[in-house]
Formats: sequence, structure tokens, C-alpha cells
Amino acid sequence: MTENILQISSLEKHYPARSGKDVPVLRELDLSLSPGDFVALRGPSGCGKTTLLLCAGALLRPTAGSVLIDASNPYALSAAARSAFRAAHVGFVFQNFHLVPYLSVLDNIMLCGLAAAPQPTLPTRAIDMLDKLGLSHRLHHRPAELSTGEQQRVALVRALAGGANLILADEPTGNLDAANSRILLDTLANFASEGGAVLMVTHEPSASDRAFTRLDMRDGCLHSC
Amino acid sequence: MTVCQLVTRELAYRKWNFLLAILAVAMAATTYLLTSALLKSTDLTTAALVSRKVLDTERAMLRLEDEMRKSMKGLGFNIYIFPENQDLGEVYDKGFASKTMPETYVEKLANSSIITVNHLLPALTQKLTWPEQKRSIILIGIRGEVPLAHRNPLEPLIDPVASGQIVLGCELHQGPGFKPGDKLSLMGREFTIAKCHPERGSKDDITAWVNLSDAQQLLGKQGLINEIQALECNCVTIDRLAEVRKDLLAILPGTRVIEIGSQALARAEARLHAGATATQELASVKAQRSELRVQRETLAALLLPLIALMGLLAVIVLTLLNVRERLAEIGVFLALGIHSTTLLAVFLIKAVVSGVLGGVLGAALALLGIAVCRERLFDGHAIAALLDPSELAWLLVSMPVFAASAAWVPSFWASRRDPAEVLRHD
Repeated sequence: MTENILQISSLEKHYPARSGKDVPVLRELDLSLSPGDFVALRGPSGCGKTTLLLCAGALLRPTAGSVLIDASNPYALSAAARSAFRAAHVGFVFQNFHLVPYLSVLDNIMLCGLAAAPQPTLPTRAIDMLDKLGLSHRLHHRPAELSTGEQQRVALVRALAGGANLILADEPTGNLDAANSRILLDTLANFASEGGAVLMVTHEPSASDRAFTRLDMRDGCLHSC
Repeated sequence: MTVCQLVTRELAYRKWNFLLAILAVAMAATTYLLTSALLKSTDLTTAALVSRKVLDTERAMLRLEDEMRKSMKGLGFNIYIFPENQDLGEVYDKGFASKTMPETYVEKLANSSIITVNHLLPALTQKLTWPEQKRSIILIGIRGEVPLAHRNPLEPLIDPVASGQIVLGCELHQGPGFKPGDKLSLMGREFTIAKCHPERGSKDDITAWVNLSDAQQLLGKQGLINEIQALECNCVTIDRLAEVRKDLLAILPGTRVIEIGSQALARAEARLHAGATATQELASVKAQRSELRVQRETLAALLLPLIALMGLLAVIVLTLLNVRERLAEIGVFLALGIHSTTLLAVFLIKAVVSGVLGGVLGAALALLGIAVCRERLFDGHAIAALLDPSELAWLLVSMPVFAASAAWVPSFWASRRDPAEVLRHD
């Protein structure tokens, strides 16, 4: 039996409201991602998609339920240990890329080195990945000098280069044209095919179509499409 | 990628924020150094003024001493020591002492360590009738000044008279028409006139000076004298006679001491008054400078905390602005697994760098300020005297600590941000 990369069980997340009554965002949610899974998560705004990503990425402590990444519960760890765990196991891709504006393309990717233990192979791996995504000529450019598609590819390489086997992507194609979207989705699909797992939040049918599995989210619960 | 590389890249990217932080620290450092230099300049000037004043006073006192010594010499002997039990009323009445004392008294005095009198002249004085000329004269037998054993010999106020010679006052040689080299007879003994004094307008005009031993023989008082003349010197207080008497009576108990010469008294009073005035002036200078020091200290006490507070607030606000501008970045850093302690280090290192550079810039500006305004504000003192290297070193160490302390709260707040909260709202 293959071990799940991400195992979410009975996950609940409530946000405190000003009225004093908590607002439930995720309800009794179960989800598991195995190596090779590329799951697209769809749903209306405010249904809890981003909250699910944050909980799954060891960034937002759930109100109830459990999150296991590579069979470990990150929320049982101290803050420092959870940071290190996140750096080693999870990669994030954001709709707005969130590249550090004053760092070059290569330095943005090398940021992973600040989080985890020293990785001597990181520069080589990063350059290889950038080369595969057609960015080898942009190594020393700053984000402001790149197109949006190039910026998102850099963000993707940053998520992958750290050696994570779980990628959490929040609307990764939201700001991209069709060609760049295709490149990004192909890369995610390849990552999954090579044994990783991807959980991607998207509104775009073309993006969700490229995923291997599609789930709808309504009122904090998941439904198969 | 290291923390330092990250800090360096960010500093280069957000230059203005960084430059403003440096300027805030530099402002505090410059103010501190300039204030310190100003206070030091006040102290140095005060010390120089006081030492110059002390020197001036000492010179003036020496000059007065010298003038007084000369005046006293010009006036002649002003201290007279008479034998024990001598009635001073008789001295004032007759002009000489009827009592006598051993000539050895003068040796006793000369061999003592007395410092309040000098120029000791033993004499035998008597008013008598010059039988050959049938007129009253004052006969004074002198043997020359006896030097004090503990002092170098001084130029005598009066020259000794050799045995067999005589010096005549104006009245004594003008009438009979004596002149130096002439021979005359006094109380049956022949003397050669050594010198004839011009008119002095005093009892000197009827005085004849002979050698002490000749006078003792003529008057039948061998080995005796009836006065020791001296010159008062080195007295500290206005009551000089009391000082002289105290010293003399300790050596020659029972003797009677009088002082003559009101001009000498006036000089001495003037000298003491000048001394007191100089001391007063010195105290006044000290008081003025002390007041200036207090004024500058008060200014520093107000200015320094104010500038330090402004610098502190400037660094806090600039760090806060920087942190707010970088909230999304902080969220991503945390999401990527960068630990909050590393993030805190990123902010604090930036503050420390601002502190180091601000300290250096502040020191440079202070040096420049002192160099430019050295004459106008710092009384022309050398920079090295105004700025202590240890003070500069202390400043260069404390400024980074100052900047890091100011940046601590906003940096800590930023490093403890919840990444989920940041990313969820982005």
C-alpha cells in the first residue's frame, strides 16, 4: 500500500466572528493525496479553498481534525520545527507569485536555503529547473524585469527546488495567458507523475481539466465531480 | 543565500529607508559628540584661564615683592632691636638706647633660621657732645652687616667703616669745612674722614659713623652694642611687626623690637591688597566659568535626551514602515519555512548596520563640525583634546545597540506575524 503524502481527516476550521460566534469554514473534511495525485479544487469564492490549502500546508492550525504530511502531524511540532518541516515537505505557489522584489531569479529560489539545512545541490537543481522552464537567460534578473508568466515559472521552481513532495498551488494560473498556463500545468503534472502530489485551487476550467482529479468545494465540504 | 546576503540586497533595494535610518542615528551621534566637545571645551578653557590667571597673579606678586624689597632698601633699616629692659620711651626721647647688650647677640641671630628679617647691622649709638667742635652729634659705631648663615650674602644697605676712619653727616662737615681725606679729632682720638654725606634732611645730618670697635673704645663699652638694625622681609600678614617680634623673641628673649617706616607699611598693605584682589579675581573667573559650565550642562541635559528620543522614534517609525511594506514578503518567508528568529535577525542586522554606519557618519559630521567651528564655538582647542578616542569607540559600539533597541519592537512584531493571516488576505 502506498503511503499518503497528505492525509486530512475530519478537518474543521472555524474563524472567530465579531459577534462572538465562530464561523465554520471547513466542516468534517477528509482528503488524501498519494504520490502521483494532481487534484484540482474548485468552488465559489469564500467556500474555504484557500483555508484548506493553508491548513494542509502547516500554516493554519485547524480547529479540529488532523493533518498528516508524509505521515507526520506538523501541528504537533514546535513553531521552529514546523517551519523546518514545511521547508522540507511543502511547496507553495501563489496567484500573485510573491517573488521577493530585490532578489534575482536565482536568489529567489535560493531562499529555500535559508529555511532548511544547507543543500549543496540546490543551486544546480535550481538552474536545471529554470533551464527546463526556459528561464536560463533570466537567472540574474529581478522579478520586475520578468513577464508575469516568467515570474510564475520562477515561483514554481522555488516551490519545487526545495525538494518538497507536496505542492499547494492557489490560483497559479490566475494571472497567466494560455501558453504560460499550459507550461505551468504541464510542470505540475510532471511533478505529480514523478511521485509528488499537487493540490491546486483554481477557478479556471482549463486548469482543472489538466488535473488528474477534480473536486468541488461547497460550504466547507468536498464533493467529487 | 545567507541572512547577510538577504539584508544586503534589501538595503540596496530600499535605499531611502536605509539612508533615513542612518541619518537618524547619525543625528543622535553628532549631537552627543558636539555636546560633549562643547562641555570639554568649556572645561579646557576654564583650566587655561585659571592657570593663566594664577600665573599672572604669581608674576604680579613677585613684581610687588621685588618693588617692595627695593623700596624697603631705599628706606633703609626699618626694624630696630634694643636690649632687654630698654625703655622705648627713652629711645624715642633721646634717639638711642641707654641699655646695652652683648655684640654676640647678632651672631646668635645670624646663625638662627630666621626668615622675617635680613641685613643685620649691629650698632652702638649714642648722642654726645663733640668736645673738639663743641656741638652735639650722634655717634654710631658699625662693623658692617652680618650675613644670615642660611642665606646667600646680599648687597649691604650700608658700607662698613674701617677702623680709624669716620663718615660725617652734612651738618658736621659743612660748618668746619671738612672733606674726605682730612683728619680730625674726636674725643681725643684722630680719625681720617672717609666720606662726607650730602644733606639728607634727617638726623643723619648730625651723625658721625665710625667702626664699631672704635666707638666701643671711645664710649668704654667694649663687646657691647645697644641696637641691631634689620630689614623686615617675607612677612605674610599685614601685622608684620607681630610676626617679626615673635621670631626675634624666640631667639633673643627679652629684647625690644620696634618698626619704623610708614611707607614700608603702605607698600606692604598694597602688596597684601593686591594679593587679595588677585585671589578675588581668580575666584570670580572660576565662578563665571562654572556658571557657563552649568548653563551648557543644562542645555546638554535637555538637548541630549530630546535628540536621542527623536533618533529612537525615527528608527522605530522607519522600521515600522519597512515592516509594513514587507508584510507579504514576510508571509512568504514564513510560508517557505524560514523561521521567525531568522526573520528577526534580518531586521535587527539591518538596524545594526544602520547603527554602525550612522555612528561613523555621526562621528565624521561631529569632527567636521568641530573643525569648521573650532574657533567660534570651541575656543580654538585641538580636536584631539575635545574628542577622546575612547569616547568615539564607545559611541561606535553603542550606536548599533541603540538602533537595534529601537528596531526591536517592530521587528519582533513582524517576525511573529501569522503567515496564514498575511497570505489569506493577500
